[in-house]
Amino acid sequence: MTGRERAVAALGGLRRRARSRREVASVPPASVSARDLAAEAVAGLFSRPGRTALTVLGTVIGLGALVATLGLTRTADNRIVGRFDEVAATEVVVSARPVSQDAVPNTLPWDAPARLARLNGVVAAGNLSTVEVGDALVTTSPVSDPQRRTDLKLAVDAASVDLFTAVRATLRSGRLFDRGHSRRGDRIAVLGPNAAERLGITGVEQLPAISVGDEVFAVAGVLDSVARQHDLLSAVIIPEGTARTLYGLGSPEVVVIETDIGATALIAEQAPFALAPAKPQGLKAAYAPEQKRVREAVQSDLTLLFLMLGAVSLIVGAIGIANVTLVSVMERTGEIGLRRALGATRRHIACQFLLESSVMGCVGGIVGASLGTLVVVGVAAYQGWTPVLDPLVPIAAPLIGAVTGFVAGTYPALRAARMEPVDALRFGT
Amino acid sequence: MAAAPDAGAPPVVDVRGLWRRFGADPPVEALRGVDLRISRGEWVAILGPSGSGKSTLLHVIGCLDQPTEGTYVFNDLDIASLSDRERAGLRSREFGFVFQSFHLLSHRTVAENVMVGEVYRKGFRGDRRERAAAVLERVGLGHRIDFQPTKLSGGERQRTAIARALLGEPRLLLCDEPTGNLDSATAGRILDLFQELNAQGLTILMITHAPEVAERAGRRVGIVDGILEEAA
Repeated sequence: MTGRERAVAALGGLRRRARSRREVASVPPASVSARDLAAEAVAGLFSRPGRTALTVLGTVIGLGALVATLGLTRTADNRIVGRFDEVAATEVVVSARPVSQDAVPNTLPWDAPARLARLNGVVAAGNLSTVEVGDALVTTSPVSDPQRRTDLKLAVDAASVDLFTAVRATLRSGRLFDRGHSRRGDRIAVLGPNAAERLGITGVEQLPAISVGDEVFAVAGVLDSVARQHDLLSAVIIPEGTARTLYGLGSPEVVVIETDIGATALIAEQAPFALAPAKPQGLKAAYAPEQKRVREAVQSDLTLLFLMLGAVSLIVGAIGIANVTLVSVMERTGEIGLRRALGATRRHIACQFLLESSVMGCVGGIVGASLGTLVVVGVAAYQGWTPVLDPLVPIAAPLIGAVTGFVAGTYPALRAARMEPVDALRFGT
Repeated sequence: MAAAPDAGAPPVVDVRGLWRRFGADPPVEALRGVDLRISRGEWVAILGPSGSGKSTLLHVIGCLDQPTEGTYVFNDLDIASLSDRERAGLRSREFGFVFQSFHLLSHRTVAENVMVGEVYRKGFRGDRRERAAAVLERVGLGHRIDFQPTKLSGGERQRTAIARALLGEPRLLLCDEPTGNLDSATAGRILDLFQELNAQGLTILMITHAPEVAERAGRRVGIVDGILEEAA
């Protein structure tokens, strides 16, 4: 052995020892860090940005539709609830239950508003009764005008002074009647705006008067609007005392109560006791009209339709992702072979493609949620509503998108993982 | 020129009685009782016509395929005893592959292509980019580090692929027709590079169908119909 050979042998021995320390007994198995895998997946997506964008579009539309639908439903619901708050959620109407003919009738007391005002939760209460005027017609003029029909069939209602507060009436012209008018039985009337219009009365400056049958009333004021008991808009309203004197009104027909928000159930329970302590079961207190439920039912049908549309677009989006990922797997056969040669296991290959499809779905979810939110805000702004969106919805959308992408990528990823590296290297370029 | 084969040490590759059959009825016998030992520091060329089984032999030695019969010991490690994951680890850390069609990722830069194997060598030492730059310098591509592979010539692409193979500091470089897609002048320069790497101590196994390419290797082995014969 020459000196040189000895030196080489020694060097080889050194190198061998250094090497063998690196791989004691067994081979370190191939493994990948999550960060590297994510970087590879993102790089894979960005290598064909146009195609990736188009693929993501399906998920964007699907999740955008879902988010927009949920948001708009909530926004619209909120609007209904808002109106409901103002009117129905604070309204209790107490009436007497009818009895069989010979029994003593149930009646409401005249001082019902005063009695109810003592209950905690009552904002205002007022009596309202329909006045039986028989066939009497209402007219402004004693003269018959051939051009225009001046005698009309209008409802005549008797109201206690507090009723106007309880129905949140606003005046267009003139004034309301007061307790004095009622006590004296003055012939004075307040007109609903529709009634005033039909009678041709625009204001009270001319001191107009109307006659109901043979009785003449001075018009004190014209209402502008009421929040509830919309029949009042087309009625002639006279003081309760006047109705008692002139038309023999026996007792109030209903008591309209405005409560604090959330107090309707409580007041509905207490009012009969306050008004008829001897026989509370003779009175009926109604609140939360049925009308609202009908509206909700219609709303939920529409919502369901849109949600189904969103779900269908999501499925179409998922099929798109599956399709494109599959094409991508076929195109990248060579890359799969190369990665296997560089030490990737089947699992690594599957993970990479699954991650790519999941990222596509997730990005679709993010973009879709953003667009959906914009739609909700836009529609709400246009309609002048308050946009309402469950914060979970835009958070869940990317998650749902990612799950969709994951599911869509499963089959292509398995195809990629199942490839034999030798075949992949031979057939792929 | 080539480093003296390290005769005393255990061989890097020790293949005995290797058979590889494909399909059944009747099976295609790609390898028929192959015996091959490659020592550290050798540059071996396997010369054979297409269909002779040389690619199959390279794939079996590179743990991309498994033999039907026979033993394969790589650096004192019986390959048959390893799991899929361990064989993948072996490919990642012990072998470097160079292919005829380069297999570069066209949308990534030269440096990224060189580093792509690092993904599967979790916890491997050092800064990737620095090492990639160093290894590109070593194959003479230091000035192309941020190029797209599509902008490179064939020879430069193959150099990129060689750099990628070298980054994992492989014990054995496996080359499948490395000059098959190159003109003869470029092929000559790639073979010069192999010679240089071999002189630095790298063990190389190269398969080719071209005798003039095999000529450059330190040792030539012929293969015909799945049977090896050592050339003189």
